[in-house]
Amino acid sequence: MGDIWAIYILWFRDIKRYWYDKPRIFASLGQPILFLFVLGTALSPSFKGPGGINFSEFIFPGIISMTVLFTSIFSAISIVWDREFGFLKEVLVAPVSRWSIVTGKALGGSTVALFQGTLMLILAPLVGVRLTPLSVIGSLIVMFIIGLAMNSLGIVIAARMKEMEGFQMVVNFLIMPLFFMSGALFPMNNLPAWLAVLNRLDPLTYGVDLLRAVILGLNSFPVALSLGVILGFMLLMFAIAVFEFNLSE
Amino acid sequence: MDTNTIIKVENLTRKFNGLTAVDGISFEVKKGEIFGFLGPNGAGKTTTINMLCTLLRPTSGTAEVACCDIIKDPNRVRREIGIIFQDPSLDDRLTAEDNLRFHGYLYHMKISDINQRIPEVLNLVELYDRRKDFVKKFSGGMKRRLEIARGLLHHPKLLFLDEPTLGLDPQTRAHIWDYILKMRKETGLSIFMTTHYMQEAEVCDRIAIMDHGHIVDLDSPEGLKKKHGEDTLEKVFLKITGREIRTQAGESSWTQWMRRS
Ligand SMILES: Nc1ncnc2c1ncn2[C@@H]1O[C@H](COP(=O)(O)OP(=O)(O)O)[C@@H](O)[C@H]1O
Ligand SMILES: [Mg+2]
Repeated sequence: MGDIWAIYILWFRDIKRYWYDKPRIFASLGQPILFLFVLGTALSPSFKGPGGINFSEFIFPGIISMTVLFTSIFSAISIVWDREFGFLKEVLVAPVSRWSIVTGKALGGSTVALFQGTLMLILAPLVGVRLTPLSVIGSLIVMFIIGLAMNSLGIVIAARMKEMEGFQMVVNFLIMPLFFMSGALFPMNNLPAWLAVLNRLDPLTYGVDLLRAVILGLNSFPVALSLGVILGFMLLMFAIAVFEFNLSE
Repeated sequence: MDTNTIIKVENLTRKFNGLTAVDGISFEVKKGEIFGFLGPNGAGKTTTINMLCTLLRPTSGTAEVACCDIIKDPNRVRREIGIIFQDPSLDDRLTAEDNLRFHGYLYHMKISDINQRIPEVLNLVELYDRRKDFVKKFSGGMKRRLEIARGLLHHPKLLFLDEPTLGLDPQTRAHIWDYILKMRKETGLSIFMTTHYMQEAEVCDRIAIMDHGHIVDLDSPEGLKKKHGEDTLEKVFLKITGREIRTQAGESSWTQWMRRS
Protein backbone atom coordinates (compact mmCIF):
# COMPACT_ATOMS: atom_id res chain seq x y z
CA MET A 1 0.00 0.00 0.00
CA GLY A 2 2.79 2.39 0.91
CA ASP A 3 4.07 1.89 -2.61
CA ILE A 4 1.06 3.79 -3.97
CA TRP A 5 2.33 6.92 -2.25
CA ALA A 6 5.83 6.33 -3.56
CA ILE A 7 4.44 6.03 -7.09
CA TYR A 8 2.40 9.17 -6.54
CA ILE A 9 5.34 11.25 -5.32
CA LEU A 10 7.68 10.06 -8.09
CA TRP A 11 4.99 10.99 -10.61
CA PHE A 12 4.31 14.29 -8.91
CA ARG A 13 7.99 15.26 -8.88
CA ASP A 14 8.16 14.84 -12.66
CA ILE A 15 5.02 16.95 -13.11
CA LYS A 16 6.35 19.63 -10.80
CA ARG A 17 9.66 19.86 -12.58
CA TYR A 18 7.88 20.01 -15.92
CA TRP A 19 5.73 22.84 -14.60
CA TYR A 20 8.74 24.77 -13.22
CA ASP A 21 10.41 24.54 -16.65
CA LYS A 22 7.92 26.49 -18.76
CA PRO A 23 10.31 27.62 -21.49
CA ARG A 24 10.93 23.97 -22.34
CA ILE A 25 7.21 23.33 -22.71
CA PHE A 26 6.96 25.82 -25.55
CA ALA A 27 10.38 25.26 -27.08
CA SER A 28 9.67 21.59 -27.63
CA LEU A 29 6.48 22.41 -29.55
CA GLY A 30 8.47 24.24 -32.23
CA GLN A 31 9.56 21.20 -34.19
CA PRO A 32 6.18 19.48 -34.48
CA ILE A 33 4.52 22.77 -35.42
CA LEU A 34 7.08 23.26 -38.21
CA PHE A 35 6.45 19.75 -39.49
CA LEU A 36 2.71 20.22 -39.36
CA PHE A 37 2.46 23.55 -41.14
CA VAL A 38 5.45 23.58 -43.48
CA LEU A 39 5.29 19.96 -44.58
CA GLY A 40 1.51 19.94 -44.46
CA THR A 41 1.16 23.02 -46.65
CA ALA A 42 3.96 22.13 -49.08
CA LEU A 43 2.81 18.60 -49.80
CA SER A 44 -0.95 19.16 -49.73
CA PRO A 45 -1.39 19.80 -53.48
CA SER A 46 0.14 16.44 -54.45
CA PHE A 47 -1.79 14.42 -51.90
CA LYS A 48 -5.18 12.81 -52.38
CA GLY A 49 -6.32 11.35 -49.11
CA PRO A 50 -9.21 8.96 -48.61
CA GLY A 51 -12.51 10.78 -48.23
CA GLY A 52 -10.94 13.96 -49.63
CA ILE A 53 -8.87 14.90 -46.59
CA ASN A 54 -5.79 17.01 -47.24
CA PHE A 55 -2.21 16.27 -46.22
CA SER A 56 -2.19 18.51 -43.13
CA GLU A 57 -5.21 16.70 -41.78
CA PHE A 58 -3.74 13.35 -42.68
CA ILE A 59 -0.44 13.90 -40.83
CA PHE A 60 -2.04 15.67 -37.85
CA PRO A 61 -2.34 12.44 -35.75
CA GLY A 62 1.18 11.46 -36.87
CA ILE A 63 2.61 14.78 -35.70
CA ILE A 64 0.86 14.40 -32.36
CA SER A 65 2.40 10.92 -32.09
CA MET A 66 5.77 12.46 -32.87
CA THR A 67 5.34 14.97 -30.04
CA VAL A 68 4.37 12.20 -27.63
CA LEU A 69 7.22 9.96 -28.84
CA PHE A 70 9.93 12.58 -28.44
CA THR A 71 8.69 13.90 -25.10
CA SER A 72 8.19 10.49 -23.53
CA ILE A 73 11.47 8.90 -24.62
CA PHE A 74 13.51 11.94 -23.67
CA SER A 75 11.72 12.23 -20.31
CA ALA A 76 13.55 9.09 -19.27
CA ILE A 77 16.78 11.08 -19.31
CA SER A 78 15.76 12.30 -15.86
CA ILE A 79 16.89 8.89 -14.56
CA VAL A 80 20.39 9.36 -15.99
CA TRP A 81 20.31 12.91 -14.68
CA ASP A 82 19.32 11.71 -11.20
CA ARG A 83 22.11 9.15 -11.23
CA GLU A 84 24.67 11.76 -12.26
CA PHE A 85 23.55 14.22 -9.57
CA GLY A 86 23.18 11.56 -6.88
CA PHE A 87 19.44 11.83 -6.36
CA LEU A 88 18.80 8.31 -7.63
CA LYS A 89 20.51 6.95 -4.50
CA GLU A 90 17.93 8.73 -2.35
CA VAL A 91 15.22 6.85 -4.27
CA LEU A 92 16.97 3.47 -4.36
CA VAL A 93 17.77 3.44 -0.63
CA ALA A 94 14.13 4.12 0.29
CA PRO A 95 11.86 1.23 1.35
CA VAL A 96 10.11 1.13 -2.00
CA SER A 97 9.81 -1.84 -4.33
CA ARG A 98 11.72 -1.52 -7.59
CA TRP A 99 8.61 -1.99 -9.74
CA SER A 100 6.94 1.00 -8.11
CA ILE A 101 9.99 3.17 -8.86
CA VAL A 102 9.69 2.21 -12.53
CA THR A 103 5.91 2.74 -12.41
CA GLY A 104 6.23 6.21 -10.89
CA LYS A 105 8.81 7.19 -13.47
CA ALA A 106 6.81 5.77 -16.39
CA LEU A 107 3.61 7.52 -15.26
CA GLY A 108 5.50 10.80 -14.82
CA GLY A 109 7.10 10.71 -18.27
CA SER A 110 3.90 9.68 -20.00
CA THR A 111 1.80 12.32 -18.25
CA VAL A 112 4.24 14.99 -19.38
CA ALA A 113 4.05 13.57 -22.91
CA LEU A 114 0.26 13.61 -22.66
CA PHE A 115 0.34 17.34 -21.80
CA GLN A 116 2.57 18.07 -24.78
CA GLY A 117 0.40 15.98 -27.08
CA THR A 118 -2.71 17.78 -25.83
CA LEU A 119 -1.15 21.16 -26.61
CA MET A 120 -0.74 19.91 -30.20
CA LEU A 121 -4.27 18.49 -30.25
CA ILE A 122 -5.61 21.95 -29.46
CA LEU A 123 -4.27 23.10 -32.86
CA ALA A 124 -6.82 20.86 -34.61
CA PRO A 125 -9.04 23.71 -35.87
CA LEU A 126 -6.00 25.36 -37.53
CA VAL A 127 -5.51 22.34 -39.81
CA GLY A 128 -9.23 21.86 -40.34
CA VAL A 129 -9.66 18.76 -38.20
CA ARG A 130 -12.99 18.65 -36.41
CA LEU A 131 -12.83 17.15 -32.91
CA THR A 132 -15.75 15.63 -31.05
CA PRO A 133 -15.90 14.89 -27.31
CA LEU A 134 -15.49 11.23 -28.14
CA SER A 135 -12.45 11.75 -30.37
CA VAL A 136 -10.84 13.96 -27.71
CA ILE A 137 -11.29 11.29 -25.04
CA GLY A 138 -10.04 8.61 -27.43
CA SER A 139 -7.01 10.74 -28.34
CA LEU A 140 -6.10 11.29 -24.69
CA ILE A 141 -6.21 7.57 -24.01
CA VAL A 142 -4.15 6.68 -27.09
CA MET A 143 -1.59 9.42 -26.40
CA PHE A 144 -1.19 8.14 -22.86
CA ILE A 145 -0.66 4.56 -24.06
CA ILE A 146 1.92 5.65 -26.64
CA GLY A 147 3.61 7.75 -23.94
CA LEU A 148 3.75 4.84 -21.50
CA ALA A 149 5.16 2.46 -24.11
CA MET A 150 7.82 4.87 -25.38
CA ASN A 151 8.75 6.16 -21.92
CA SER A 152 9.24 2.56 -20.78
CA LEU A 153 11.57 2.07 -23.73
CA GLY A 154 13.43 5.19 -22.59
CA ILE A 155 13.69 3.82 -19.04
CA VAL A 156 15.12 0.55 -20.36
CA ILE A 157 17.86 2.56 -22.08
CA ALA A 158 18.39 4.91 -19.12
CA ALA A 159 18.61 2.11 -16.55
CA ARG A 160 22.10 1.12 -17.66
CA MET A 161 23.46 4.53 -18.70
CA LYS A 162 25.95 6.40 -16.56
CA GLU A 163 26.22 9.45 -18.81
CA MET A 164 23.73 11.72 -20.54
CA GLU A 165 25.74 11.67 -23.78
CA GLY A 166 25.40 7.90 -23.95
CA PHE A 167 21.65 8.09 -23.44
CA GLN A 168 21.26 10.82 -26.02
CA MET A 169 23.31 8.89 -28.55
CA VAL A 170 21.27 5.70 -28.20
CA VAL A 171 17.96 7.57 -28.24
CA ASN A 172 18.89 9.65 -31.26
CA PHE A 173 19.89 6.46 -33.03
CA LEU A 174 16.47 4.91 -32.30
CA ILE A 175 14.05 7.79 -32.42
CA MET A 176 14.34 8.83 -36.09
CA PRO A 177 13.76 5.31 -37.49
CA LEU A 178 10.91 4.83 -35.02
CA PHE A 179 9.32 8.04 -36.22
CA PHE A 180 9.95 7.79 -39.97
CA MET A 181 9.02 4.10 -40.34
CA SER A 182 5.82 4.56 -38.37
CA GLY A 183 3.69 5.99 -41.16
CA ALA A 184 3.24 9.22 -39.23
CA LEU A 185 3.91 11.06 -42.50
CA PHE A 186 2.62 8.63 -45.15
CA PRO A 187 -0.26 6.20 -45.79
CA MET A 188 0.64 2.66 -44.73
CA ASN A 189 -1.19 0.85 -47.52
CA ASN A 190 0.57 0.07 -50.83
CA LEU A 191 4.12 0.49 -49.49
CA PRO A 192 7.03 -1.24 -51.25
CA ALA A 193 7.74 -4.56 -49.56
CA TRP A 194 10.92 -3.52 -47.70
CA LEU A 195 9.28 -0.44 -46.22
CA ALA A 196 6.10 -2.37 -45.40
CA VAL A 197 8.16 -4.85 -43.37
CA LEU A 198 10.00 -2.11 -41.46
CA ASN A 199 6.72 -0.29 -40.95
CA ARG A 200 5.02 -3.36 -39.45
CA LEU A 201 7.99 -3.98 -37.14
CA ASP A 202 7.84 -0.47 -35.71
CA PRO A 203 5.73 -0.42 -32.53
CA LEU A 204 4.92 3.26 -33.03
CA THR A 205 3.10 2.33 -36.28
CA TYR A 206 0.27 0.88 -34.22
CA GLY A 207 0.06 3.95 -32.00
CA VAL A 208 -0.11 6.24 -35.03
CA ASP A 209 -2.76 4.03 -36.61
CA LEU A 210 -4.85 4.09 -33.44
CA LEU A 211 -4.62 7.85 -33.18
CA ARG A 212 -5.58 8.22 -36.84
CA ALA A 213 -8.54 5.92 -36.23
CA VAL A 214 -9.68 8.01 -33.28
CA ILE A 215 -9.17 11.46 -34.81
CA LEU A 216 -9.89 10.89 -38.52
CA GLY A 217 -11.74 7.59 -38.54
CA LEU A 218 -9.03 6.14 -40.82
CA ASN A 219 -7.05 3.04 -39.99
CA SER A 220 -4.92 0.44 -41.77
CA PHE A 221 -5.05 -2.22 -39.03
CA PRO A 222 -7.87 -3.49 -36.85
CA VAL A 223 -8.08 -1.44 -33.65
CA ALA A 224 -7.79 -4.57 -31.47
CA LEU A 225 -4.56 -5.58 -33.22
CA SER A 226 -3.02 -2.13 -32.80
CA LEU A 227 -4.03 -1.93 -29.16
CA GLY A 228 -2.66 -5.43 -28.55
CA VAL A 229 0.70 -4.66 -30.14
CA ILE A 230 1.29 -1.34 -28.41
CA LEU A 231 0.15 -2.62 -25.01
CA GLY A 232 2.26 -5.77 -25.45
CA PHE A 233 5.30 -3.64 -26.31
CA MET A 234 4.64 -1.47 -23.27
CA LEU A 235 4.44 -4.45 -20.90
CA LEU A 236 7.59 -5.98 -22.35
CA MET A 237 9.57 -2.75 -21.91
CA PHE A 238 8.18 -2.30 -18.42
CA ALA A 239 9.21 -5.82 -17.42
CA ILE A 240 12.74 -5.31 -18.79
CA ALA A 241 13.03 -1.99 -16.94
CA VAL A 242 11.99 -3.56 -13.61
CA PHE A 243 14.43 -6.41 -14.22
CA GLU A 244 17.25 -3.93 -14.81
CA PHE A 245 16.44 -1.98 -11.66
CA ASN A 246 16.49 -5.18 -9.63
CA LEU A 247 19.88 -6.08 -11.08
CA SER A 248 21.54 -2.82 -10.17
CA GLU A 249 20.53 -3.27 -6.55
CA MET B 1 21.36 -10.60 17.00
CA ASP B 2 20.90 -9.65 20.65
CA THR B 3 18.77 -6.70 21.63
CA ASN B 4 21.65 -4.35 22.35
CA THR B 5 23.17 -4.70 18.90
CA ILE B 6 22.13 -2.50 15.96
CA ILE B 7 24.66 -3.67 13.36
CA LYS B 8 26.29 -7.07 13.17
CA VAL B 9 28.73 -7.67 10.31
CA GLU B 10 30.28 -11.02 9.50
CA ASN B 11 33.06 -11.54 6.99
CA LEU B 12 31.72 -8.86 4.68
CA THR B 13 33.60 -8.76 1.38
CA ARG B 14 33.16 -6.79 -1.83
CA LYS B 15 35.25 -7.15 -4.95
CA PHE B 16 35.21 -4.91 -8.03
CA ASN B 17 36.67 -6.88 -10.94
CA GLY B 18 39.75 -8.14 -9.19
CA LEU B 19 40.09 -5.29 -6.70
CA THR B 20 39.01 -6.25 -3.17
CA ALA B 21 37.57 -3.01 -1.79
CA VAL B 22 36.31 -4.57 1.45
CA ASP B 23 38.08 -7.71 2.63
CA GLY B 24 36.24 -9.94 5.09
CA ILE B 25 35.48 -7.43 7.83
CA SER B 26 33.53 -8.31 10.99
CA PHE B 27 32.30 -6.03 13.78
CA GLU B 28 29.29 -5.10 15.88
CA VAL B 29 27.75 -1.75 16.72
CA LYS B 30 25.78 -1.30 19.95
CA LYS B 31 22.50 0.57 20.21
CA GLY B 32 22.97 4.26 20.97
CA GLU B 33 26.62 4.19 20.03
CA ILE B 34 28.50 6.55 17.69
CA PHE B 35 30.67 4.14 15.78
CA GLY B 36 33.26 5.47 13.37
CA PHE B 37 35.25 4.15 10.44
CA LEU B 38 38.52 6.02 10.21
CA GLY B 39 40.67 5.53 7.16
CA PRO B 40 42.30 7.22 4.18
CA ASN B 41 40.65 7.66 0.78
CA GLY B 42 40.07 4.32 -0.91
CA ALA B 43 40.12 2.32 2.34
CA GLY B 44 36.67 0.87 1.58
CA LYS B 45 34.52 2.99 3.91
CA THR B 46 31.90 4.02 1.36
CA THR B 47 31.75 0.53 -0.10
CA THR B 48 30.97 -0.80 3.39
CA ILE B 49 28.23 1.78 3.93
CA ASN B 50 26.71 1.03 0.51
CA MET B 51 26.47 -2.65 1.43
CA LEU B 52 25.01 -1.96 4.89
CA CYS B 53 22.35 0.34 3.48
CA THR B 54 21.39 -2.23 0.77
CA LEU B 55 22.58 -0.27 -2.28
CA LEU B 56 25.35 -2.74 -3.10
CA ARG B 57 25.36 -6.52 -2.86
CA PRO B 58 28.25 -8.08 -0.93
CA THR B 59 30.44 -10.50 -2.88
CA SER B 60 30.40 -12.70 0.23
CA GLY B 61 29.57 -12.49 3.92
CA THR B 62 26.55 -10.80 5.34
CA ALA B 63 25.25 -8.29 7.87
CA GLU B 64 22.23 -7.60 9.99
CA VAL B 65 21.25 -3.95 10.20
CA ALA B 66 18.62 -2.57 12.61
CA CYS B 67 16.37 -5.61 12.43
CA CYS B 68 17.11 -7.79 9.51
CA ASP B 69 19.49 -9.34 7.08
CA ILE B 70 20.63 -6.89 4.37
CA ILE B 71 20.42 -9.51 1.61
CA LYS B 72 17.26 -11.40 2.59
CA ASP B 73 15.18 -8.47 3.75
CA PRO B 74 16.52 -5.22 2.25
CA ASN B 75 13.19 -3.38 2.33
CA ARG B 76 12.79 -3.75 6.09
CA VAL B 77 16.37 -2.57 6.63
CA ARG B 78 15.70 0.48 4.44
CA ARG B 79 12.72 1.43 6.57
CA GLU B 80 14.79 1.64 9.75
CA ILE B 81 17.81 3.59 8.55
CA GLY B 82 18.60 7.13 7.52
CA ILE B 83 21.62 7.97 5.41
CA ILE B 84 23.65 11.00 4.47
CA PHE B 85 25.70 10.03 1.45
CA GLN B 86 29.25 11.18 0.83
CA ASP B 87 28.23 12.88 -2.42
CA PRO B 88 25.29 15.27 -2.82
CA SER B 89 21.91 13.58 -3.29
CA LEU B 90 19.34 16.40 -3.24
CA ASP B 91 17.11 17.45 -6.12
CA ASP B 92 18.35 21.01 -6.47
CA ARG B 93 15.60 21.94 -8.91
CA LEU B 94 13.06 21.53 -6.12
CA THR B 95 12.69 23.59 -2.95
CA ALA B 96 14.03 22.46 0.43
CA GLU B 97 10.53 21.64 1.57
CA ASP B 98 9.73 19.72 -1.65
CA ASN B 99 12.79 17.55 -1.06
CA LEU B 100 11.66 16.69 2.46
CA ARG B 101 8.06 16.05 1.42
CA PHE B 102 9.26 13.73 -1.34
CA HIS B 103 11.31 11.83 1.23
CA GLY B 104 8.35 11.51 3.61
CA TYR B 105 6.17 9.95 0.92
CA LEU B 106 8.93 7.55 -0.12
CA TYR B 107 9.19 6.40 3.50
CA HIS B 108 5.44 5.79 3.83
CA MET B 109 4.97 8.52 6.43
CA LYS B 110 1.48 9.78 7.24
CA ILE B 111 0.78 13.21 5.78
CA SER B 112 0.06 14.64 9.25
CA ASP B 113 3.41 13.27 10.45
CA ILE B 114 5.21 14.78 7.45
CA ASN B 115 3.64 18.17 8.11
CA GLN B 116 4.62 18.09 11.74
CA ARG B 117 8.10 16.71 11.16
CA ILE B 118 9.26 19.06 8.37
CA PRO B 119 9.41 22.19 10.60
CA GLU B 120 11.02 20.14 13.38
CA VAL B 121 13.95 18.90 11.33
CA LEU B 122 14.32 22.22 9.48
CA ASN B 123 14.52 24.04 12.80
CA LEU B 124 17.12 21.58 14.03
CA VAL B 125 19.45 22.50 11.17
CA GLU B 126 18.33 26.15 11.17
CA LEU B 127 16.94 26.15 7.65
CA TYR B 128 13.28 26.78 8.43
CA ASP B 129 13.38 30.30 6.99
CA ARG B 130 14.78 28.97 3.72
CA ARG B 131 12.22 26.19 3.25
CA LYS B 132 10.65 27.74 0.14
CA ASP B 133 14.00 28.33 -1.57
CA PHE B 134 15.25 26.19 -4.42
CA VAL B 135 18.10 23.98 -3.28
CA LYS B 136 20.33 25.19 -6.13
CA LYS B 137 20.58 28.53 -4.31
CA PHE B 138 22.04 26.84 -1.21
CA SER B 139 25.72 26.80 -0.22
CA GLY B 140 27.54 23.49 0.28
CA GLY B 141 27.09 23.69 4.03
CA MET B 142 23.35 24.42 3.75
CA LYS B 143 22.88 21.46 1.40
CA ARG B 144 24.64 19.24 3.89
CA ARG B 145 22.39 20.47 6.69
CA LEU B 146 19.31 19.84 4.57
CA GLU B 147 20.53 16.30 3.88
CA ILE B 148 20.91 15.73 7.62
CA ALA B 149 17.37 17.03 8.17
CA ARG B 150 16.12 14.71 5.45
CA GLY B 151 17.98 11.70 6.85
CA LEU B 152 16.23 12.24 10.19
CA LEU B 153 12.74 12.99 8.84
CA HIS B 154 11.35 9.46 9.05
CA HIS B 155 12.52 8.74 12.63
CA PRO B 156 15.28 6.27 11.73
CA LYS B 157 16.76 4.02 14.43
CA LEU B 158 20.17 4.20 12.87
CA LEU B 159 21.85 6.99 10.93
CA PHE B 160 24.67 6.49 8.44
CA LEU B 161 26.91 9.47 7.87
CA ASP B 162 29.47 9.06 5.10
CA GLU B 163 32.10 11.78 5.57
CA PRO B 164 29.43 14.22 6.72
CA THR B 165 31.70 17.26 6.66
CA LEU B 166 33.88 16.51 3.63
CA GLY B 167 34.76 19.62 1.67
CA LEU B 168 33.24 22.04 4.19
CA ASP B 169 35.11 24.83 5.90
CA PRO B 170 36.13 24.26 9.54
CA GLN B 171 33.45 26.55 10.93
CA THR B 172 30.65 24.75 9.07
CA ARG B 173 32.15 21.41 10.12
CA ALA B 174 31.95 22.40 13.75
CA HIS B 175 28.39 23.60 13.22
CA ILE B 176 27.33 20.32 11.66
CA TRP B 177 28.77 18.40 14.56
CA ASP B 178 26.72 20.56 16.88
CA TYR B 179 23.56 19.35 15.12
CA ILE B 180 24.61 15.72 15.08
CA LEU B 181 25.46 15.63 18.78
CA LYS B 182 22.34 17.58 19.69
CA MET B 183 20.04 15.21 17.87
CA ARG B 184 21.78 12.20 19.34
CA LYS B 185 21.22 13.60 22.81
CA GLU B 186 17.56 14.22 21.97
CA THR B 187 16.71 10.94 20.28
CA GLY B 188 19.34 8.46 21.43
CA LEU B 189 19.70 7.14 17.92
CA SER B 190 22.68 5.05 16.86
CA ILE B 191 25.18 6.54 14.42
CA PHE B 192 27.55 4.86 12.01
CA MET B 193 29.93 7.32 10.44
CA THR B 194 33.03 7.40 8.32
CA THR B 195 35.67 10.06 8.25
CA HIS B 196 39.25 10.72 7.44
CA TYR B 197 39.44 13.66 9.84
CA MET B 198 41.16 12.61 13.05
CA GLN B 199 39.30 15.20 15.10
CA GLU B 200 35.95 13.83 14.05
CA ALA B 201 37.00 10.36 15.05
CA GLU B 202 37.54 11.68 18.57
CA VAL B 203 33.79 12.27 18.87
CA CYS B 204 33.05 8.55 18.40
CA ASP B 205 32.47 6.09 21.20
CA ARG B 206 34.41 3.48 19.28
CA ILE B 207 36.49 3.60 16.12
CA ALA B 208 37.48 0.98 13.60
CA ILE B 209 40.67 1.95 11.81
CA MET B 210 40.40 0.85 8.22
CA ASP B 211 43.10 0.43 5.64
CA HIS B 212 43.07 -1.38 2.27
CA GLY B 213 39.71 -3.01 2.98
CA HIS B 214 40.73 -4.39 6.38
CA ILE B 215 39.89 -3.34 9.91
CA VAL B 216 43.33 -3.03 11.44
CA ASP B 217 42.22 -2.08 14.95
CA LEU B 218 39.01 -1.34 16.83
CA ASP B 219 38.57 0.37 20.21
CA SER B 220 37.52 3.62 21.88
CA PRO B 221 39.70 6.64 21.00
CA GLU B 222 41.19 6.56 24.49
CA GLY B 223 41.68 2.81 24.35
CA LEU B 224 43.50 3.06 21.02
CA LYS B 225 45.82 5.77 22.28
CA LYS B 226 46.56 3.87 25.47
CA LYS B 227 47.11 0.56 23.73
CA HIS B 228 49.62 2.03 21.28
CA GLY B 229 51.20 4.40 23.78
CA GLU B 230 50.53 7.51 21.68
CA ASP B 231 48.81 10.76 22.58
CA THR B 232 46.94 11.42 19.29
CA LEU B 233 44.99 9.28 16.85
CA GLU B 234 47.25 10.57 14.08
CA LYS B 235 50.22 8.91 15.70
CA VAL B 236 48.21 5.75 16.39
CA PHE B 237 47.30 5.59 12.71
CA LEU B 238 50.92 6.16 11.67
CA LYS B 239 52.09 3.45 14.05
CA ILE B 240 49.59 0.85 12.85
CA THR B 241 49.77 1.45 9.11
CA GLY B 242 53.20 3.00 8.75
CA ARG B 243 51.60 5.90 6.81
CA GLU B 244 50.19 9.30 7.58
CA ILE B 245 46.53 9.88 7.05
CA ARG B 246 46.05 13.04 5.02
CA THR B 247 45.54 15.89 7.48
CA GLN B 248 43.45 18.91 6.75
CA ALA B 249 43.91 22.63 7.01
CA GLY B 250 42.03 24.64 9.61
CA GLU B 251 42.83 22.44 12.57
CA SER B 252 43.00 25.36 14.95
CA SER B 253 39.34 26.31 14.82
CA TRP B 254 38.58 22.63 15.24
CA THR B 255 40.63 22.40 18.37
CA GLN B 256 38.72 25.42 19.61
CA TRP B 257 35.41 23.75 18.93
CA MET B 258 36.49 20.53 20.58
CA ARG B 259 37.48 22.40 23.71
CA ARG B 260 34.20 24.31 23.79
CA SER B 261 32.03 21.19 23.65
N1 LIG C 1 31.79 1.00 -8.32
C1 LIG C 1 33.11 0.75 -8.22
N2 LIG C 1 33.77 0.13 -9.23
C2 LIG C 1 35.08 -0.14 -9.13
N3 LIG C 1 35.86 0.17 -8.07
C3 LIG C 1 35.26 0.79 -7.04
C4 LIG C 1 33.87 1.11 -7.05
N4 LIG C 1 33.57 1.73 -5.88
C5 LIG C 1 34.72 1.77 -5.17
N5 LIG C 1 35.74 1.22 -5.85
C6 LIG C 1 37.13 1.08 -5.37
O1 LIG C 1 37.09 0.47 -4.10
C7 LIG C 1 38.06 1.05 -3.23
C8 LIG C 1 37.38 1.56 -1.99
O2 LIG C 1 36.59 2.69 -2.31
P1 LIG C 1 35.66 3.44 -1.27
O3 LIG C 1 34.83 2.44 -0.56
O4 LIG C 1 34.96 4.52 -1.99
O5 LIG C 1 36.73 4.05 -0.25
P2 LIG C 1 36.58 5.22 0.82
O6 LIG C 1 35.14 5.53 0.97
O7 LIG C 1 37.19 4.65 2.07
O8 LIG C 1 37.38 6.38 0.31
C9 LIG C 1 38.76 2.13 -4.03
O9 LIG C 1 39.97 1.61 -4.53
C10 LIG C 1 37.80 2.44 -5.15
O10 LIG C 1 38.48 2.85 -6.31
MG1 LIG D 1 34.19 7.32 0.74
